[in-house]
Amino acid sequence: MSGLFAALFSGLAWIVSTIDPFCGPAGVFRWFGSGTLLACGDTGWGDEIAYGFLVTASLAIATLPVGLVIGFFIALAKQSNERSLRLAANIYTTIFRGLPELLTLFIVYYGLQILVQQFLASLGYEGPVEINAFAAGMIALGVVFSAYCSEVLLSAFKAIPHGQYEAGDALGFHRGKTMRLIILPQLVRIALPGLGNLWMALLKDTALVSVVGLPDILRQTGIAARVTKEAFQFFGIACILFLILAMFSSIAFAALERWTKRAEMRR
Amino acid sequence: MSIADTMIPPQAPPPAPPKPYTLSRFLGSVALGIWLALGVGIFFTVVEGWDPEKFSRYGPSFLSGLGVTLMLVTSSILMGAVLSLPVALGRMSKHRVWSWLAYGYVYFFRGTPLITQLFLVYYGLGSFRPQLESIGLWWFFRDAWNCALFTFTLNTAAYQAEILRGAIESVPRGQHEGAAALGLPERVAFFKVILPQAMIVALRPYGNEIILMIKGSAIVAIVTVFDLMGETRRAFSRTFDYQMYVWAAALYLLMVELLRNIWGWLEARLTRHLKR
Repeated sequence: MSGLFAALFSGLAWIVSTIDPFCGPAGVFRWFGSGTLLACGDTGWGDEIAYGFLVTASLAIATLPVGLVIGFFIALAKQSNERSLRLAANIYTTIFRGLPELLTLFIVYYGLQILVQQFLASLGYEGPVEINAFAAGMIALGVVFSAYCSEVLLSAFKAIPHGQYEAGDALGFHRGKTMRLIILPQLVRIALPGLGNLWMALLKDTALVSVVGLPDILRQTGIAARVTKEAFQFFGIACILFLILAMFSSIAFAALERWTKRAEMRR
Repeated sequence: MSIADTMIPPQAPPPAPPKPYTLSRFLGSVALGIWLALGVGIFFTVVEGWDPEKFSRYGPSFLSGLGVTLMLVTSSILMGAVLSLPVALGRMSKHRVWSWLAYGYVYFFRGTPLITQLFLVYYGLGSFRPQLESIGLWWFFRDAWNCALFTFTLNTAAYQAEILRGAIESVPRGQHEGAAALGLPERVAFFKVILPQAMIVALRPYGNEIILMIKGSAIVAIVTVFDLMGETRRAFSRTFDYQMYVWAAALYLLMVELLRNIWGWLEARLTRHLKR
């Protein structure tokens, strides 16, 4: 079994290294950066920055489904008939929309560390505990994302007329099927612009996780800047990389929006 | 013929049907219970770990940090508002060069993280020290506070320019035409007809932008400005007391909620003529 995983990972690593837009065979840094500070390999910072890019993108992509799912259920709780459920959901959004993302990250990072340490101490293990920065970042950003996401989804839910639920009842669907076949497709269509904005915010918030030591774009360029004393160049590259990410996401979201509205366009 | 001489006495309403114990009710009680447990837990850890000496030592520094945060946010929002006017005008201008310049500015500042911009200014401009010294601006960019103020002003100007542009463009064409039909000069029409209506549309986004700035300002702690977050980090690194973060969280929540309520009241007050 472990052999299978090793083969899978080495295969994945090979694919990533082939299509790597920075240091792959057709990479920017390999063709235009050789001989400069951005060369790939041991002589330059190209491959380190490429790794940071990968970490940033994967953190954002890994956080998205977590935030979306939690946000969906929080939105459902917010429009429930049950007052206690609504109150609990509102407390959640009030807290996580009001706290700075950096503070949330610190609270999760150090709080988890203390909790795990206490738990291990009760088991009899005394030693330093280090929480994975990626996991802490994923939790903190996912929680913040879900709080905003629930607001977007709630307003989208409100935009769907009640007759749509009644149509589901008239067709004899049970509640889950109504949600899946009738409500969700319309919900996605209405909520997509708002979710696109949230995705952009999430992408930018990933830069904060570099503060607790995740080797993302900002941390890698920061290290390079400190070592080479070429701070402007490297932080400029960080800005450009974030701009590239933003540009690709806006293209992807425009395509997604067209795809969800394909039924409306034909009319 | 019969006449009813006794009226039916008033009846008590039928008893309300018993509320079924649903799944959502159960979930609601569980969720509320978790919040309650968390709240009580935090309260007790705070009470248990209460140390008057710590409070008297770090309390004033928390307050000064709060002042620094408020000062930074207020001044950058105000200066950004001034700077956003030409940017918004450039975005709406028909002149290709101006509109592209303004678009590039807005795209850069909205597309990159605030923390990267701050690093670019604070650490990056250090690369140009000789040039900055020769034009006599080095004293300004040497200081972390100035760099933070500079970056935040540029950043919020980009966001505010978009808010302003969206609001001005949301005013229907008929309003322009109406002002023109009344023979109002363009300046008067803009300031007396268009802008007041645009400002009502822009009110809510402006509130959100201020809240975003309050939250975003926490990152100046990383470049050694001692705002609320910076004081918290300093206190935590000296005491290793998790309570410090709870205090900071409470102060930030207080600020944001206060602003949100003030803004809600303001909006209700300013749009009372639009209520149907």
